[in-house]
Amino acid sequence: MQRIGVFVCHCGTNIAGTVDVHAVAEALKMEPGVVFSIDYQYMCSEAGQNIVKDAIKEHKLTGVVICSCSPRMHEGTFRKAAASVGLNPYMVEIANIREQCSWIHKDKQTATEKAIILGKAAIAKVHLNAPLTAGTSPVTKRALVIGGGIAGIQTALDIADAGFEVDIVEKNPTIGGKMTQIDKTFPTLDCAACILTPKMVDCAQNDKIKIYSYSEVTDVKGFVGNFTVTIKRKARYVDETKCTGCGECTEKCPMKKVPNEFNLGLDTRRAIYIPFAQAVPKVATIDPDYCNMIKNGKCGLCAKVCGAGAIDYKQQDQFIEEKYGAIVVATGFNPIKLDNFDEFAYSQSPDVVTSLEFERLTNAAGPTAGTLLRPSDGKHPHTIVFVQCVGSRDTSGCGKPYCSKICCMYTAKHAMLTREKYPDTDVYVFYIDVRTPGKNFDEFYRRAVEQYGVHYIKGMVGKVVPQSDGTLKVQASDLISNEQLHIDADMVVLATAIEPDKSARSLGTMLTASMDTNDFFTEAHPKLRPVESPTAGVFLSGACQGPKDIPETVAQAGAAASKVIGLLVKDSLTCNPCVAHSNELMCNGCSACEKVCPYGAITYMDKEFKMPDRTVAIRRVASVNEAVCQGCGACTVACPSGAMDLKGFSNSQIMAEVDAICK
Amino acid sequence: MQVTETKEFKPKIVAFCCNWCSYAGADLAGTNRLNYPADVKIIRVPCSCRVNPMFILRAFQRGADGVILCGCHPGDCHYTTGNYFTRRRMALLFSMLDYLGIEKERTRVEWVSAAEGAKFAETMNSFVEAVTKLGENKRLGDLRCKVK
Amino acid sequence: MQDNNMKETILRISGVDVLKCMRCGKCSGTCPSYDEMEYHPHEFVYMVEKGQIEPLMKSKSIYTCLSCFACVERCPRDVEPAKLVEAIRLAVIRQQGQNHLKPESIPELLDENLPQQAIVSAFRKYSK
Repeated sequence: MQRIGVFVCHCGTNIAGTVDVHAVAEALKMEPGVVFSIDYQYMCSEAGQNIVKDAIKEHKLTGVVICSCSPRMHEGTFRKAAASVGLNPYMVEIANIREQCSWIHKDKQTATEKAIILGKAAIAKVHLNAPLTAGTSPVTKRALVIGGGIAGIQTALDIADAGFEVDIVEKNPTIGGKMTQIDKTFPTLDCAACILTPKMVDCAQNDKIKIYSYSEVTDVKGFVGNFTVTIKRKARYVDETKCTGCGECTEKCPMKKVPNEFNLGLDTRRAIYIPFAQAVPKVATIDPDYCNMIKNGKCGLCAKVCGAGAIDYKQQDQFIEEKYGAIVVATGFNPIKLDNFDEFAYSQSPDVVTSLEFERLTNAAGPTAGTLLRPSDGKHPHTIVFVQCVGSRDTSGCGKPYCSKICCMYTAKHAMLTREKYPDTDVYVFYIDVRTPGKNFDEFYRRAVEQYGVHYIKGMVGKVVPQSDGTLKVQASDLISNEQLHIDADMVVLATAIEPDKSARSLGTMLTASMDTNDFFTEAHPKLRPVESPTAGVFLSGACQGPKDIPETVAQAGAAASKVIGLLVKDSLTCNPCVAHSNELMCNGCSACEKVCPYGAITYMDKEFKMPDRTVAIRRVASVNEAVCQGCGACTVACPSGAMDLKGFSNSQIMAEVDAICK
Repeated sequence: MQVTETKEFKPKIVAFCCNWCSYAGADLAGTNRLNYPADVKIIRVPCSCRVNPMFILRAFQRGADGVILCGCHPGDCHYTTGNYFTRRRMALLFSMLDYLGIEKERTRVEWVSAAEGAKFAETMNSFVEAVTKLGENKRLGDLRCKVK
Repeated sequence: MQDNNMKETILRISGVDVLKCMRCGKCSGTCPSYDEMEYHPHEFVYMVEKGQIEPLMKSKSIYTCLSCFACVERCPRDVEPAKLVEAIRLAVIRQQGQNHLKPESIPELLDENLPQQAIVSAFRKYSK
């Protein structure tokens, strides 16, 4: 039998005004197990807390019921008070007689009756409370960043800056991501490479940061503070430690006709290549799909010219296993495929390009060395039509239902830069809405219209038809003048919707991190925990969580880094003790609980049981990882045998409350 | 001759509120001094998906006249997916209860966010009104427990 | 001018949810019959939403729509403007004596290049 103390708070007149607190204290004194009951002006004050502490000591209380304000307000206060005098903090229960009683009722008698019932329910619960101890788990003081774009780079640099080791896993031969392909950045028009490449070099030179380029995460085990990750290091057929990045091999390789993915296939590269001049790590990679030596053993020219002897045609994929305390997902985005948008003739004409391709066509390091030329005939385009929302805000199933967010701004940038460099060019932008919510964004867009004379037309392009003379007939609507326009354009640029990288879905499954229907990672709370995944220890950085521009990505990357640092500085993690646990004697190993657990906290093990006849039986039973369980209780209801229960909110406790209320 | 009831019928109503949204919504209703009948007694659970159908059956068994379950709005669950389980489980349970003679109006699932104090009060008012109209629940009640 | 009864009828016949429209104008951008129409596909959607059905019913546009369904095919929001045009046309020809194409007017329209099938489908489209 518990020895329970009841403490009824007046909260000035907040409670005492409508509830006869003295009567409540007196009535609750009659409840079984209650050995002490008192009412006091302000229970949360120091004097009030001392009353609680003294009573615990004096009356050897094993349970405490505080009838006061919401537990969301002062549960922590009273638990701490109880703990300070040696009572387990989880033996304290709060009856909410302010927000849910005195403040909503006017009649004193009704309110007092209700307060008594609420007090009784809390007492009934305390009877069944058991002392709970929060477990701890150690923290591996090292972080993993998946994805080496600007998001991953910034997160890694910030974590390393705080003194923690951090590894970047990047699936491409170099880090840098999409930002390396961009020419200028809005709204300041500074050159992307000039601000990004120093950061890439910082990563390479920082001794806390290890870059696994041309690698992928293939398996994740463990939980917050204790992840074990398997990384596949794809064979690049070049010894990274020996290669000096001199580029001799990439000039001598006879296989010249490989589409260059860095320039989105607008030009070609060799079978052995360094993606671009500022690549980090600056190491050559052999593309096994095109290399003659790897395909049929004939060539070997690169090995001959390599002074460092770094070429190794026999290299195999390697799998390494590393331990991490925190994982940051920074897998980024890709433009969608335009197969569903045949009306824009993307597949029919090389002069219809995506905006990212347009970036390459205007980039000094791109296939045209920065001069804007039509891909089909290398001539200067004189009329360019930009089409916005290609595949964005599309609920028909062809595209993506969301707004891709960055297109309005980069289209304004493209239009502005085109007009600046080539003032003889007519530039049309077809828009549905121009969305420029950002610092200096709208001013930027207006500048494109007012200073640079870009024709912004409210309406959408219906179709693009390539003509025999090489022009593109663009048919579009102008909704404001209510007419249909026919423009003979030299180039059409499609502001293509962006989608999460294809690797995100499988990674989300590995991490048990939840995703939305568009494969963007979901945050733990949309407003208050925007850089954390609901899965503890997994953090989100950049466009893997939703479309973002560079400043937002960097801000989020820094935020994710600070969350990671906050986790890694801890030597051990205190777990929430109100977690699920399974009664092994009742569990029949049916897996129902595992299926509903959003955190992957439930695993199964084969356990030996001594049977009454002295034999040993092996049974499959559920076991809850207390460091991972967040205590939602979904499994307790799914369990058909009733083996699963939730500490602090057990079946019997809630039933006792129900009984007390219905009495 | 008509027998007039001497005492106004006061229903017993159990409300299960999830800790993160609806319980906070109920607190907000209090903070804003929004009235709803004292017949509603709230039990705090971590998530609406913690509510075992057993608890609801038990409430009716012990003489409750109505049971209402409040959780975060779909998509806003603190535990990501808990309220989806609730929605499905309760759809099944309530149709079964209806079959057993516990009218559909006696059971309800509502989504109340932490910001919706007014909605919480409105919901409770309309629920109590609906249950009061139906009168005392006689089904499922454990006759041995009747104290009268 | 607003006619909610008529709007309901049109929405019911067509099965179109006009509120899904985000006013991009791709329907009108893609319409091959645009210059022949007094009201254009995007206006059909907007005017039905506003309940302005009568001007649409009186307009020749409902007969100049080719029913090519390009607007339906390309609408990013699945609004299906051509079905609205179709519904309004039906609402008109279902009224007593409102057949747009009458058998007696066929002979003067006939020319030898007109396939039989075209006449049949014109009857389906323009008559009750």
